[in-house]
Amino acid sequence: MPRVVVTVMPKAEILDPQGQAIVGALGRLGHRGVSEVRQGKRFELQVDDTVTDEELADIAESLLANTVIEDWSVTRDPA
Amino acid sequence: MSGQREAEGGSRISARVGVITFPGTLDDVDAARAVRLAGAQPVSLWHGDPDLKGVDAVVVPGGFSYGDYLRCGAIAKFAPVMGEVVAAAGRGMPVLGICNGFQILCEAGLLPGALARNAGLHFLCRDVWLKVDSITTAWTSRYESGAELLVPLKSGEGRYVASESVLDELEGEGRVVFRYAENPNGSMRDIAGISSANGRVVGLMPHPEHATEPLTGPSDDGLGMFYSALDAVLV
Repeated sequence: MPRVVVTVMPKAEILDPQGQAIVGALGRLGHRGVSEVRQGKRFELQVDDTVTDEELADIAESLLANTVIEDWSVTRDPA
Repeated sequence: MSGQREAEGGSRISARVGVITFPGTLDDVDAARAVRLAGAQPVSLWHGDPDLKGVDAVVVPGGFSYGDYLRCGAIAKFAPVMGEVVAAAGRGMPVLGICNGFQILCEAGLLPGALARNAGLHFLCRDVWLKVDSITTAWTSRYESGAELLVPLKSGEGRYVASESVLDELEGEGRVVFRYAENPNGSMRDIAGISSANGRVVGLMPHPEHATEPLTGPSDDGLGMFYSALDAVLV
């Protein structure tokens, strides 16, 4: 059954305090070359042939992401 | 102050205010108690209810509906009872969302914007001072403009976020209802609560239902919200 990955990320202009905390931790671990981290979500969906791109977009917009603060993207059959 | 009106024949009729319980709701009992203290009759509504049992107003209380899975309020907005709340709000019924209830109303599209993780990441549990910025809503008519209220705040995702154009619209239309005296969580423009365009739907992160008696809360400043709603429905 095909797999679909939906990626949800905080919008660029939205403060991401979790990402900032990770950058801080990386700095303390000596990874000083990392200047920014943004934390998002990855959803893996097993879908059958009846699920259209439009339906996937509806799933992402209506449930998986809050489009006020998050962007989403859908990838079919990723490697 | 009384939340009752004289009916024909002199009998007293009090308003009926629904209080919704989702799996994971915490503050429904305090919300019902605040309704009772204001002189109205609380009516328990379950998340799976297909109707609102004829109530005059609805409170969506705080807690962690559906465990905050996915996002705060993201699952609750699809509960059967919420479809009824959205429809009733469209007819002008007063609706109040407190904390998780505010998050649910935003997710359901009844209020603009969203609540994001607190700047600084800490879950905050403290009494905060709020300034009343709008007294024209169904839930704030009993306050004086600029009044300062001491009300508990207890949330990890309480940072109000919206686009600049939405924020300008809210300010321009007088829909910023409460602001923090000292911004505890990074909320844009110090916003603690907002209203719908018609002022009937209000959401806020702090908890007026926990500030109804000096014995159990920091003040009784929150009670005015419930009196206000009774004024709005008993006219």
